[in-house]
Amino acid sequence: MKCSSAKRRRLTDLAVRLFAQVASLLALGALVWILFEVLRRGGSALSLSLLTKGPTPPGVPGGGFGNAVLGSLLMTFLATVIGVPLGLLAGIYLAEYGGGSKLADLIRLGANILMGVPSIIVGVFVYAVLVVPMGHFTGYAGAISLAIIMFPVIARSSGDILALVPASLREAALALGVPRWRVTLGIVFRAAKSGLITACLLAVARISGETAPLLFTALNSPYWPTTLNGPTANLTVTIFNYAMSPYEDWKNQAWAASLLIMLGVLVLAKGTRFLLARRRD
Amino acid sequence: MNLTTEDRTALPSLRDVISARETRRTAAPTEVKISVRDLNFYYGDHQVLFGNNLDIAANRVTAIIGPSGCGKSTHIRVYNRIYELYRGHRATGHVYLDGVDILAPNQDVLELRRRIGMIFQRPTPFPMSIFDNVAYGLRIHFRLSRNELAERVERALRAAALWDEVKDKLHKPALALSGGQQQRLCIARAIALQPEVLLMDEPTSAIDPVATARIEDLVEELKKDYTVVIVTHNLQQAARISDYTAFFYEGRIVEFGPTRQIFTNPRDPRTEAYITGRFG
Repeated sequence: MKCSSAKRRRLTDLAVRLFAQVASLLALGALVWILFEVLRRGGSALSLSLLTKGPTPPGVPGGGFGNAVLGSLLMTFLATVIGVPLGLLAGIYLAEYGGGSKLADLIRLGANILMGVPSIIVGVFVYAVLVVPMGHFTGYAGAISLAIIMFPVIARSSGDILALVPASLREAALALGVPRWRVTLGIVFRAAKSGLITACLLAVARISGETAPLLFTALNSPYWPTTLNGPTANLTVTIFNYAMSPYEDWKNQAWAASLLIMLGVLVLAKGTRFLLARRRD
Repeated sequence: MNLTTEDRTALPSLRDVISARETRRTAAPTEVKISVRDLNFYYGDHQVLFGNNLDIAANRVTAIIGPSGCGKSTHIRVYNRIYELYRGHRATGHVYLDGVDILAPNQDVLELRRRIGMIFQRPTPFPMSIFDNVAYGLRIHFRLSRNELAERVERALRAAALWDEVKDKLHKPALALSGGQQQRLCIARAIALQPEVLLMDEPTSAIDPVATARIEDLVEELKKDYTVVIVTHNLQQAARISDYTAFFYEGRIVEFGPTRQIFTNPRDPRTEAYITGRFG
């Protein structure tokens, strides 16, 4: 009896371990497959001229999506300029001033819900409150919808990161007669610097892949963006359009654009961390 | 005082420590720097200090002793109003600094904290260079030229007996220093602002005996220029470095007097029980 239960235990252990390993391999496999496909198909199509030229009509060779790259960069930049300061300020409130107050709990709950809202709903919302009253699609609306997606992500993560800074550090700075806001910006932020930068980068990475909110706001455009006050070319909607098109040439460009976004996020994340690590030495 | 480290680690009896100090005790009358009247303190609805009355002598070291949780730290955290950082922490009564009630609502808290520096249980260097740690408060409170700033930083580091160890690496991160050095850096950071009072909340509880000895010697030096209030768990330390001692028990000041009297001739049976090690 004793012997058989030990045997069964070993078997159960083996089975659990096996399933866990298979599950992790499946997840990893999916990632590798995606990376491999994007690299294989996008890599062969990606060229410098794709980045310097605007699109051509289907069948006309020599087109590119440089306009979409520029439009995406502009909107991501504007969204970051809006979303990062607002998100950090909300994070400061949650960690430094809110404490255990009811308002802070409410804000945290709100941020959690906002993070869970499907991005297409953010797009429809901005469409209703900005695009419809203005009468046309604009890059500004696109940037704002991206900023709305960034905001709760940064508020929550920066709030959590700032809360990890030990209270003794705040007390030490306050005990020198330093005003509270300078303690936050000069000491607490400095202590949490790398965590805050990572949080912002993750948020930028998150919005650089968003498509749905842009469909309703910036739409897309075959022209180079000279202003954000009109439909604005962008990579994700371009990928969506090109991938759905029947033209082989456009499909290849969609793969190339996907690869470009992937590389961009990778360079942004790894590059900044590398610079940070080097400056510390 | 010139006790060596060996003397300290050999744990002489408190009586020996006191009598070793007899000869150099100052008999001159002193003025009162801080005067506490009817101080009560509450964490929310929970009262932790009850009617504290205490006079802190200028240019002397006053030790605050007592078992864990008796309100020692809470008491001195009222002097610079650092407790206000936390929701629901509340003090009533009066704390007079040179006759002015610092608990009054119109008190400039930032200036109060410049005048009353604080050293904490664990060293709290800021994540910046050694130089910037000391310069940080100076830049906020004073408008100084580069030269004046460098001069004040050097003076503070010298006064904290740290200059010789760090003068060649002023621009290296402060976090690379040892625990004892970090604590002296925190002392330098506080005295750079030319405070009048230094509050020390168990400043040696997190560092090794040799570093502790250095800080105790430093306290002895510092009282020439500053009024020192030190919370300590270490009775030997209180006996070695303080001129006056207050014994706290369950939020009340049970006994206060010259250190020699508290340690050799306590009037209250609870004080005697504590200093002879029967509880705490």
